[in-house]
Amino acid sequence: MNPEVLRHVLLQGGTVIDPQARTVRRADVLIANGRIEKVESSIPEADGAEVIDCKGKHIAPGFTDMHCHLREPGREDEETIATGTAAALAGGFTRVCPMPNTDPPIDTEAQVRFELRRAEDADRVRVHPVGCCTKGRQGRELAEIGAMVSAGAVAFSDDGSAIADAQVMRRALEYCKAFDVPVISHCEVGELVEGIANEGRVSTKLGLKSAPDVAESAQAARDILLAEFTGSRLHVAHVSARATVDLVRWAKGRGVQVTAETCPHYFTLTEDALAGFDANYKVNPPLRTEADRQAVIAGLADGTIDAIATDHAPHLKGEKEAEFDAAPPGIIGFETAFSLGYEQLVLGKVLPLTDYISLLVTAPRRILNLPAAAVAGGSEAELVVLDLKAEWTYAPDRVLSMSRNSPFLGRTMHGRVLATLLGDRLFRF
Amino acid sequence: MKLRSRHLLGIEGLDRSEILTILDHARTFREVLDRTIPIVPALRGRTVVNLFFEASTRTATSFNLAASRLSCQCVNFSKATSSVSKGETLLDTARNIEAMGVDGIIIRHPAAGAPHFLARNVKAFVVNAGDGAHEHPTQALLDAFTLREKLGDLEGKRILIVGDIAHSRVARSNLLCFTKLGARVAVCGPPTMIPPFVEDYGCEVFYRLDRILNEVDVVNMLRVQQERITASSFPTVREYRALYGLTAERLKKLAPEVVVTHPGPVNWGVEMDFDVADFSSTLILPQVTNGVAVRMAVLFLLAGGERTDTDEHGRDTGQKAEG
Repeated sequence: MNPEVLRHVLLQGGTVIDPQARTVRRADVLIANGRIEKVESSIPEADGAEVIDCKGKHIAPGFTDMHCHLREPGREDEETIATGTAAALAGGFTRVCPMPNTDPPIDTEAQVRFELRRAEDADRVRVHPVGCCTKGRQGRELAEIGAMVSAGAVAFSDDGSAIADAQVMRRALEYCKAFDVPVISHCEVGELVEGIANEGRVSTKLGLKSAPDVAESAQAARDILLAEFTGSRLHVAHVSARATVDLVRWAKGRGVQVTAETCPHYFTLTEDALAGFDANYKVNPPLRTEADRQAVIAGLADGTIDAIATDHAPHLKGEKEAEFDAAPPGIIGFETAFSLGYEQLVLGKVLPLTDYISLLVTAPRRILNLPAAAVAGGSEAELVVLDLKAEWTYAPDRVLSMSRNSPFLGRTMHGRVLATLLGDRLFRF
Repeated sequence: MKLRSRHLLGIEGLDRSEILTILDHARTFREVLDRTIPIVPALRGRTVVNLFFEASTRTATSFNLAASRLSCQCVNFSKATSSVSKGETLLDTARNIEAMGVDGIIIRHPAAGAPHFLARNVKAFVVNAGDGAHEHPTQALLDAFTLREKLGDLEGKRILIVGDIAHSRVARSNLLCFTKLGARVAVCGPPTMIPPFVEDYGCEVFYRLDRILNEVDVVNMLRVQQERITASSFPTVREYRALYGLTAERLKKLAPEVVVTHPGPVNWGVEMDFDVADFSSTLILPQVTNGVAVRMAVLFLLAGGERTDTDEHGRDTGQKAEG
């Protein structure tokens, strides 16, 4: 996947979505030397400018995925920073935040620098590492959060596991205040988890080892109360359960500094998908009930859930081609996120287009203190070109991730990322 | 009459008439077992493998005997644990065994859905001999067979399943099988052992044994795993026995026509007192005998002369088996 390097680009005839200003308007965009020169209703073609016909297409700021797994270092057979960030580009993402549960985990300044160096070598999207809250992701002693911040880490999490010890969680929340970075909580009371399937109607029927929704929501409740008590910033990862949505809503009402994300699979699929024991539907937290799915959608609609993240989690075919209990949890998500959200939330009439784009653009940047995205003269080009009318099939041969573990393979999707522009580089898909 | 599926993965996929077809065939095979030479040539030349990833003496032996009695070769392949940890996957193992040339795979596995996964990935027919806490269809079929022998049609009969419903594949398969045959089923156990939405099976739920025990025709006891104590499902064996055990005292109060079943092996002194073994209506040993006949019926229907897709192996499929 090689980009075209273009000094001057004119995106002509498209409709520009500015989620910050909540506007959608017909406009041409002229890009020179990687920066947006101007955005005007009609810009004449100039010599040397590559004209991209955007008639009938939409132009939006590139998306930010605040929760993904790039597997490097340690599982380069599943994904690398190079392949993962290429897949991210195809999904319209220009910034991604890899979680630190690699092998070894990202818990030192040197590890953060290693990831950034790898990202620089790959030269695809911008990578903003999330560092471990605790040394070795063991949940016992704080990692050198300050050093990791200075190296470029934007948030801290022991994602993959919860921080079980309430005192350690309290200290992590407090300590992060010094750097104004959020603690991202993977909410899961481990003692309540016997397996990775929602405990309920389907797990009973299938006899699957299960995890109740309260394993997520009980931890969310504790962490929300700790965030309130310490006056710290908490971000709740991959919200899947109705009770968690309600708790976040309650906390925001009380003025707690809490934000939350969910993933496309939680507003698209339910536990019913497990009927065939296909491990491509195995994900942690597990797919839950229709009531939970509706609650997640309602949370997105009323702003309780701030952002959509992919939780892109690559696994080998051989690992997923196994009995359900033995397969690792996780779904790759970069290349399907935009379309799934567009279908469920925009075509599903839950949110207007600008608010949907905002979940992918504005909210994650705000939460992570990244510069606000703008489609305006002077800002760096970081754009996606979308065809909202396109129908396409997510076929295995077009997957750019090194892994293929998606339950959406073969599915007909609505709305498509046609191209991603980052600086002077144009990637077409 | 044959089954719609080429596998037996669970009672879930069977309708009432298919269950009755299996039981009718089992009746015929049950008579074979009483002959001086209890063997028929029905599946001569066929081979099945017992692929057991969990220790099981009686189910493996029962399938083994069932195959032998049908003149079908049965080889045993058992692994104490899934070999995934050693890098070999279930799929590897199954494909390797299939490559050795077997017609059917009888699988027991600690993971729910393992037989379903196998069925999608191999050409051989697959029989579920127990998958995690999901299903154990031949146990349900042999229980239904045994009860019908004793009680006749199960329509309207009241059957109580007692024990760890949440972690029991026998409970799930029996719930499905008994309700499909028209019985009124109730489950009983401590709330820690009753899974959510169990009433979806069309059963009643009781937490106290004495509130329901005297109203039923059949008491289907389940084995209690002592390791559930450490999982806090119940405090002590003593308390479990007092609340949910079929004790000598409870047995005395049972009407003589009430029958007692248990899938075995029994934890004597825990879920049942030793006295139950001598109770006239205890069907535990007939269950074991009938298990062979039911498994003969299952193997016969899945591997039998009615299927023709074994032609590719060059075998004579025109030869109809005699029951």
